[in-house]
Amino acid sequence: MRWVNRQVRRSDRLLLGSLPILLLVVVYLVMAASRHAANPADKILPLPGTMAQSMSALMFEPDKLSGQLVFWADTLASLERLGIGLGISTLMALMVGLALGILPPVRATFGPLVTGIAVIPPIALLPILFIALGLGETAKIALIVVGIAPVMIRDIAAHVEALPREQIIKAQTLGASSWQVMIRVALPQAMPRLLHAMRLALGPAWVFLISAEAIASDVGLGYRIFLVRRYLSMDVILPYVAWIALLAIIMDFTLTYLSRRLFPWAHGAGH
Amino acid sequence: MSALLSLRDVWVEYGDRIVIEKLDLDIAAQAFVSIVGPSGAGKSSFLRLILGQEAPTRGTVLLDGIPLVPECGPDRGVVFQRYSVFPHLSVLRNTMFGLECPKAPLSGRLFGSARRAARDEAVAMLEAVGLGDSLDLYPAQMSGGMQQRLAIAQALVQRPRILLLDEPFGALDPGIRADMHALITRLWRDYSLTIIMVTHDIREAFSLGTRVLTLDKRRHDPHAPHRYGATVVYDLPLRNRTDEADCESDSITIDDIGNN
Repeated sequence: MRWVNRQVRRSDRLLLGSLPILLLVVVYLVMAASRHAANPADKILPLPGTMAQSMSALMFEPDKLSGQLVFWADTLASLERLGIGLGISTLMALMVGLALGILPPVRATFGPLVTGIAVIPPIALLPILFIALGLGETAKIALIVVGIAPVMIRDIAAHVEALPREQIIKAQTLGASSWQVMIRVALPQAMPRLLHAMRLALGPAWVFLISAEAIASDVGLGYRIFLVRRYLSMDVILPYVAWIALLAIIMDFTLTYLSRRLFPWAHGAGH
Repeated sequence: MSALLSLRDVWVEYGDRIVIEKLDLDIAAQAFVSIVGPSGAGKSSFLRLILGQEAPTRGTVLLDGIPLVPECGPDRGVVFQRYSVFPHLSVLRNTMFGLECPKAPLSGRLFGSARRAARDEAVAMLEAVGLGDSLDLYPAQMSGGMQQRLAIAQALVQRPRILLLDEPFGALDPGIRADMHALITRLWRDYSLTIIMVTHDIREAFSLGTRVLTLDKRRHDPHAPHRYGATVVYDLPLRNRTDEADCESDSITIDDIGNN
């Protein structure tokens, strides 16, 4: 049987999918064990026991200076920044993208501006943001917004623009005004695309969040990673990275689930 | 004969390319006009003209004696070959769309008793086109024929003065097409519609229409083919089919010779 025709059953898919991950873990453990056999104080590849020990200290013991549970405070701070940044970007993408996509005069006026902003590397704007907005939360959130909003706006605008012309005409023959075409034809059809754009923007959003936290912050997942780097604390860095990956995966799954749940018509005939 | 739609010396040009030249036409109320012609003879331009999607370069288009504004409006309904229905709305909501828009300018949605009235009207229309049992389906779950039935119901619930059909049955297989021919004939008679249908299928044009118009170029310059536009070269009035009760039984059958 040709490989292109080989369908994998659900249970087998789970098994096959976990194989490479397990393999990586095993390779890591072997390497860590061999390094520890040579040097018991090795910090580069910490053993799971060491990681669990340092992480439980961060998770369950209040910090002596601030009295906070460091791990949870970091997570909360980072998620808050990410959430606000992503929320503002999504709202902008929806409103600006919709107007750009469906109203030709708006597209002619603001299209070049959005394209112009989209091609600037956001990190290059970080100094400007820090100078203009200070080193507080605003600058970090602004970096996320500047980084992902233009791409999301262009994506939504392109999607709305690509709606069949027949639909727009048909809506007008049914008595719809520009506003009604926007909210009844374009908006609902942009929503699944918006969730998709959010999923794709999550990756860059994390990059900008960690960058901003690494440069100027006093709490946050990115801040902590860059802080403990000074002590070669791989036993903290690795679990933090794994935690970030887990958070990102949960968000991705949630968005996919929401899209299927809220907009079944957009996910094929088999709903 | 009272003319519902009149075209007076209409020209359509794109740059130096002339698509339609010197078109004079009157279409009576309750006519079923079929438009045929070779590809590129301006059939689509003609339809866009009446739809208001574009304005004539010269000349005027009059509906009830009033010049048309070059914008689509609720007095002219349309069914395209594809993409006529909204994929994000169920059958019922698709049909209610035309009832909701004029009455709710801000939200585009009706509530309470107005909504129930619109719902009842939409359901009655859907039953007339044979979709009474599929109210909650989404277009992606339906066959091409059902989608076209929905598109027709959606347009008719608006009670347009003119119904424009742009190769509405072109993408359907012959059996379904025969059903659709019977449906559109029945609706045309029951609702006293005025229909203008563009089609590639000559047999369909003659079996459905009360009048067949052929658009083509009268003159042809081999060195500059784009400089002459198309106009009506044949205008064939057919028998008045409103008098015949049992017309679809004999004339509208599946083409078994296979020449369409």
